[in-house]
Amino acid sequence: MNALSIKNLKKTYSNGFTALKGIDLEVESGDFFALLGPNGAGKSTAIGIISSLVNKTSGSVSIFGHDLAKENAKAKSCIGLVPQEINFNQFETVKNIVLNQAGYYGISKKTALKNTEKCLKQMSLWDKRDTVSRRLSGGMKRRVMIARALVHSPKLLILDEPTAGVDIEIRRSMWEMMEQVNKQGTTIILTTHYLEEAESLCRNIAIINNGMIVEKSGMSELLAKVNKDHFVLDLTKPIATLPKIKGYELEIADDKSLLVTVPKGQNLNVLFQQLTEKNIDVLSLKNKTNRLEQLFMDLVNE
Amino acid sequence: MNNLIAFHTIIKKEIHRFLRIWPQTLLPPAITTALYFLIFGKLIGDRIGNINGVSYMDYIVPGIILMSVISHSYANVVSSFYSTKFQRNIEELLVAPIPNWVILFGYVGGGIARGLLVGLVVTGISLFFAEINVNNIAITISVYFLTATLFALAGFINAVFADSFDDISIIPNFVLTPLSYLGGIFYSVSMLPEIWQQISLANPILYMINAFRYGLIGVSDVNIQLAYIITAGFILFLTLLSLLLLHKGIGIKN
Repeated sequence: MNALSIKNLKKTYSNGFTALKGIDLEVESGDFFALLGPNGAGKSTAIGIISSLVNKTSGSVSIFGHDLAKENAKAKSCIGLVPQEINFNQFETVKNIVLNQAGYYGISKKTALKNTEKCLKQMSLWDKRDTVSRRLSGGMKRRVMIARALVHSPKLLILDEPTAGVDIEIRRSMWEMMEQVNKQGTTIILTTHYLEEAESLCRNIAIINNGMIVEKSGMSELLAKVNKDHFVLDLTKPIATLPKIKGYELEIADDKSLLVTVPKGQNLNVLFQQLTEKNIDVLSLKNKTNRLEQLFMDLVNE
Repeated sequence: MNNLIAFHTIIKKEIHRFLRIWPQTLLPPAITTALYFLIFGKLIGDRIGNINGVSYMDYIVPGIILMSVISHSYANVVSSFYSTKFQRNIEELLVAPIPNWVILFGYVGGGIARGLLVGLVVTGISLFFAEINVNNIAITISVYFLTATLFALAGFINAVFADSFDDISIIPNFVLTPLSYLGGIFYSVSMLPEIWQQISLANPILYMINAFRYGLIGVSDVNIQLAYIITAGFILFLTLLSLLLLHKGIGIKN
């Protein structure tokens, strides 16, 4: 069964701006799905409609077979949303924020207390349960929103840029948490601007641009479409002139580093061999951009 | 059952909110009305004498109680629901499977609770200044409750349309307070010139204050049945309007 099925979804705002021009999207149950796109592409509008925060203009959305328009309550019960911006009552305690959300989903007090404890412990926030939320750090506030989204045990968890603005350590712990939740059977839809995050976590991907889905496939199939790799070579000594090596595009980044574009399938041995012959020693090598980032840029700039 | 739990969660949160900030919500009306009773009722009232056969102090007590109910039931919902919009935690409710009527009744219930509690505080203070022998307990309680409901609903609609904190103070300052003062709290409309008597009859608050006054001390300038019809009519209209606004997502959804 599909966790999410969107058909010909359109949204035109009252100012005349068309954010979605008729998108179709299916996300399978149990998937870890990336929905990517540049700012203003329509991602947040799509998520807003799925989570009932934005009214659609036309089209249909169904969650685990429940049409959002016809079986609104059943469809909503399946979704947990972690929005982009902090949206809880900053004067409320951590525990009450999560506990109240359970109440909104009609969960009895006894079960709500149990679920709240479980989710806060999972997010390492149990010690902060009586803290007023405005006193929490940015990373903790994001974890409160995840705990809140999980308290009713949703079958579909939507994370809208959950790691935006958090430090590397917190981001990695959030990745672990997301993987753990997905392994427990929850379908996850993730939007993010950190493409390495999508690449390492998600199995399927859709890229949205100008209100349309411009790419939809498995992550590995998409990455297989990358036909060039870009590397930065750090050199031991400065070079004065750009070497020419057949089959590779080289460019001087600065006097002690070179940018190299390598067609897919071409090995690097020849490159290093010829650089050695030209008396250029390479100290280290790194990818200039990650593969998904390159594809993403190609797709949205088409 | 699910809706009942959601309703209970919202109303409990609302009551907890105004009780937590009691120095802002419960204390000021106690002080203000004590001053009203002291200055208007005691110091000035003693020189005014009787109105419609009762002492001036006894005459103004029902109006002052109901004015507190009106302003606080309204203020609770308008400030709480607007803050919910402003902080965007309205989204917590919109994503959850809660019917619109549960959201409405939850917030309005919070407003009624504050209006009634403030009314009780003011009534308690009035007992230091006046002797109240309730004329008709059923009318007193029903008008008390219906008025709190009506103005909690009005506060909700104000909050739905509000885009700034200025927008939530305009109606209370420029509409509710003048209409309350002109609704016969401190005087009987029969004391006004004929033309102003007729104009006063267009003020819905006049009917509620007089119906409540009738319930408490048995004195009224208006027909009590008409007061019930007007109040119930407004409640029905505002309830339907609120539900329509929630259904359309006006002022709430993007």
